Amino acid sequence: MGSRNTDEPPLLQVIDLHLKREGRSILQGVNLTIDRQQVHAVLGLNGSGKSTLAYTLMGCTGYIPHRGRILFEERDITGLSISERGRLGITLAWQEPARFEGLSVARYLSLGMKEPDLERIRAALAAVALDESYMDRVVDGSLSGGERKRLELAAVYAMRPKLAILDEPDSGIDILSLGDIAALIQRMVEEGASVLLISHREEFVTIADVASLICEGQIVRTGDPGKVSRHYAHCCRPCDHHEIVETGKEYDERL
Amino acid sequence: MSDFEAILKAYEASGGDPSFLRSPQVASLVVSGNKVLGANEISGISMDAEQLPDGVRVHVKVASGVHIELPVHLCFGMIPAEGVQRILSTFEMGEGASAEFLAHCTFPNAVRVQHIMESTIRVGPGARMRYTEAHYHGPEGGVEVLPKAKIVVEERGEYTSEFNLSKGRAGRVDFDYEVDVAAYGVAELLARVIGRGDDEITIRETVRLNGEGARGLAKSRIALRDQAHGRVFSTTEGNAPFSRGHVDCVEIIRDRAVAEAVPVVRVRDDRAQVTHEAAIGTVNRKELETLMSRGLDEEMAVDIIVRGMLGG
Ligand SMILES: Nc1ncnc2c1ncn2[C@@H]1O[C@H](COP(=O)(O)OP(=O)(O)OP(=O)(O)O)[C@@H](O)[C@H]1O
Ligand SMILES: [Mg+2]
Repeated sequence: MGSRNTDEPPLLQVIDLHLKREGRSILQGVNLTIDRQQVHAVLGLNGSGKSTLAYTLMGCTGYIPHRGRILFEERDITGLSISERGRLGITLAWQEPARFEGLSVARYLSLGMKEPDLERIRAALAAVALDESYMDRVVDGSLSGGERKRLELAAVYAMRPKLAILDEPDSGIDILSLGDIAALIQRMVEEGASVLLISHREEFVTIADVASLICEGQIVRTGDPGKVSRHYAHCCRPCDHHEIVETGKEYDERL
Repeated sequence: MSDFEAILKAYEASGGDPSFLRSPQVASLVVSGNKVLGANEISGISMDAEQLPDGVRVHVKVASGVHIELPVHLCFGMIPAEGVQRILSTFEMGEGASAEFLAHCTFPNAVRVQHIMESTIRVGPGARMRYTEAHYHGPEGGVEVLPKAKIVVEERGEYTSEFNLSKGRAGRVDFDYEVDVAAYGVAELLARVIGRGDDEITIRETVRLNGEGARGLAKSRIALRDQAHGRVFSTTEGNAPFSRGHVDCVEIIRDRAVAEAVPVVRVRDDRAQVTHEAAIGTVNRKELETLMSRGLDEEMAVDIIVRGMLGG
């Protein structure tokens, strides 16, 4: 995956995105590009605006940008509803997945499919290391937090999206299973998807082709995942973003 | 078509499997209007039915220590568009007995039908009873359903009931269940109703936890649209040490529907605990947006959430 095909226009282009929540500026000019079949990691500390970016890309209620544009396959989707974006092939695996009373796992996994496909449901469950006995379980509080996270990823995979936004797919998942998730992302890409991988775990970012660092609602650096994550590890705790922004120094110089 | 055939057809339309009503291994009772069309008793359970001018009186008894393997099928219905059906019933579960009852109430042609149910239920010591009632009403909404039950759960007994009205128009529903639970007994009441048009739905649930360690759950799920009106009055009393009660009410409204919930929680012992949660409003936004992010439109997403909640 990953080798950038410069002849093809990017799948997603986020241009100067600004968003306020309850009068507070949360996204302050986000610029981001994702190519086809690319894994783009977004790293950032708690509260840096990662989930807000995910909700804004998905078009959630209350996440209408007051400045900037979102282009998907060169089409401006800034004004489209969630459903319309979903139908275009954009979807989101939520950081904290919702619970659904009375909705079976099999049904939940099939919702995003164009046609019900039992084989695909089985494959999606297997991809997140859950056996077939989960099919008839209910996607409610009777599943553990980690199981619901896995199902969320399975649902996204089952849908065959063009762009999967994964908001911290590694949170609440035991360390031994991180490999399963990495493999699942790889499979999505092989099937044609691009992935926006939100995380604040440096070690997880190694599977990405490109990484961006978000700080206070701005992308402060984009590039090689190894370099960006090293920078994140060394310069974000404690944060020296302001110094960098003020002096305009290159990050890598000081690593 | 005979009355029996007609009611069987309606029973099938309401989701029932008519072969159970013909099977000799399955205890069953079929009542159409005020006529008892069929009664099949099996060993350990007796079902006496007596005709009344406007309905039937039924006495169901499960002998002590008897475990009825297959669910007992009860079918109540009325084929005509107008009329009254009154079902006066007593259920008696002997000590240590266990049985499950599946009741189907079908009024496929109802324009002005009144269905009155008055039950007295006694769940003996250590006995278990599960009662599920599913309604099928026609599209006209001309049904008045008045189910009323007084239930006594004796020591270590277990009573679970489920009332489902999600097919056809609800009409006017006034559901009123009262249960007294003795020491270490359990009572769980669940009511699920979908209201449309000018349906009027009232759910009254009273759970009194009178014995030490008694447990109770009063759960209701109501989805309303158009100008339907729903009210849930639930009272739970923790009257004895270590009794535990919970009230869980969700009402989803759309259009100009109105929902009310009045939970009363009363505790008379400082070692008892009763909790309640009530969520009234529109569909949970996160659930909705999750489904929409999979490409479903809003209407479809709401439908899936509501159906999940209402068991449809
Ligand atoms: N409705 C809101 N009103 C005001 N501030 C908000 C609102 N929602 C989020 N925020 C703030 O926006 C900032 C970014 O939040 P966001 O959830 O996007 O962070 P995050 O990077 O996803 O963090 P985490 O790693 O904890 O998931 C936080 O400071 C948060 O408090
Ligand atoms: Mg977040």
